[in-house]
Amino acid sequence: MNLSSDPMIFALTLGKILLIAVPLIICVAMYVWWERKVIGWMHVRMGPNKIGPWGLLQAFADVTKLLIKEIIVPTNSNRFLYFTAPLLAVIPALAVWAIVPFDDGVVLSNANAGVLFLLAMTSLGVYGIILAGWASNSRYALLGAMRSAAQMISYEICMGMALVCVLILAGSLNFTAIVNAQAGGKGLFDWFWLPLFPVFLVYYISGVAETNRLPFDVAEGESEIVAGYHVEYSGSAFALFFLAEYANMILAAFLVSILFLGGWLSPFQGWHLGFLSEPSWIWLFLKFFFFATAVVWLRATFPRYRYDQIMRLGWKVFIPISIVWIFVAGIFRYFNVVTIGH
Amino acid sequence: MPMNHAVFQMVCFVAFAVVAVGAALAVVSVKNTVHGVLALVLTFFSAACLWILAEAEFLGLALVVVYVGAVMVLFLFVVMMLDIDLEPMREGFIKYLPIGIAAALIMLVEMLGIIGVRTFNVPAGPDPAGSSNIEWLGTALFTHFLLPFEIAALILTVGLVAAVVLALRVRTFSKHQDAAAQSATHAAGRLRMVKMAAVTAPAPAPAAKEPQP
Repeated sequence: MNLSSDPMIFALTLGKILLIAVPLIICVAMYVWWERKVIGWMHVRMGPNKIGPWGLLQAFADVTKLLIKEIIVPTNSNRFLYFTAPLLAVIPALAVWAIVPFDDGVVLSNANAGVLFLLAMTSLGVYGIILAGWASNSRYALLGAMRSAAQMISYEICMGMALVCVLILAGSLNFTAIVNAQAGGKGLFDWFWLPLFPVFLVYYISGVAETNRLPFDVAEGESEIVAGYHVEYSGSAFALFFLAEYANMILAAFLVSILFLGGWLSPFQGWHLGFLSEPSWIWLFLKFFFFATAVVWLRATFPRYRYDQIMRLGWKVFIPISIVWIFVAGIFRYFNVVTIGH
Repeated sequence: MPMNHAVFQMVCFVAFAVVAVGAALAVVSVKNTVHGVLALVLTFFSAACLWILAEAEFLGLALVVVYVGAVMVLFLFVVMMLDIDLEPMREGFIKYLPIGIAAALIMLVEMLGIIGVRTFNVPAGPDPAGSSNIEWLGTALFTHFLLPFEIAALILTVGLVAAVVLALRVRTFSKHQDAAAQSATHAAGRLRMVKMAAVTAPAPAPAAKEPQP
């Protein structure tokens, strides 16, 4: 079998894409279940517990319900854009995963411009939201879309600047190289969260704000504008928005683990603790699990921010912090304060 | 039959180019302005794909980040919010068509000229195997072209500040929240605890019946 022929590569790549996308979609379903369960426990109630063992199949039941529901198109809505918008939301959310590494070398595309690709794809996600709001022919949807777009664009700036800090230290736009730059003998103190601590916090909080999650979910603030940009969507079209939002949340948790917490590197690296010091994808998934759960934790803990407070936090607090820390990171790099790699 | 790699690349190039040209035509010909803006987005995106195909991945991705991700979003917003009557805007289409065609022809001739000029055929920069052109671009920008790079950054910053100054209107009568004052409040300023003697209800007489609700 000649693996180098083009159809073979094509089939192989398609298989790899499915190998990422299908577990991702299942992960979204499990994340919804986990979110409802954790929030249930925090509210001192049971959470879903009827369908399947521990309610595990609840999310699948919900998806099935959504898929067999009728899709209602609002009158005088723009039919073409109404159905294009969910696709525009979900395509970038899935496409980003092409450059996310799961272990050393386990990545669909080990692109040199990985971080740029990430920025490009996440900046496309906003189209789905704006068009959904506009095409729905609804005041609530339009208001939600406006809020959401303003919020996403604002927080993209400080996320980008936080990324620049990481790039300065790692000296590469490649995710695998960024993780390898955090290797060393000092365990978890070799990771970038330590020299970049303020930016690490900025990045994580911006990630929560970027995905319109609580406490930054004014875009779909139920008590103010019903459900925001997707208020007019039902059935499978709504399910696509849901999928995109949760895929983005999972991505944010993965990225913060990769960029600031050493990805698949062990927190005990270089401490000679046997298998505990070895890098493994299990570490990456543990870190991801922690940050994904922390999003739910935030949701159950904090009340919703007011809209002007969100904008103030993004523009007047996070952006100045990130700008200052770009200089600090440059100084770290120039004077070799941070050891990069082994 | 295994497809030749170069043929495959050629097919991709033609496909992206056709989409780009088609979308560019749609920008000026569709009725709905929002559709027009979206067609422009598609044009930019196809152009970015073409650049990536030409191994200029930094330029391609930067085009997506800057134009598609930021500029066109703003554009879309403005077009959505405008309450415009489309009919009068379309009236001049035939009238301005000759001017448009003339401009397009001149541009075509200019571009053909660039392709023909041999002096532009400078050898590409050092492209050692394994090194990305992003790395090369970054090194070049921060060593040989540092001054132009910083001047460009300065101009952009001035433009940013100028835009804010132009758009900022200080309205003296508008109410706004002072976030610092809001954060500085504490419970003692808002709430006064009053100590009161407990009042106990007199014990009801044993004979009296409780009124039933």
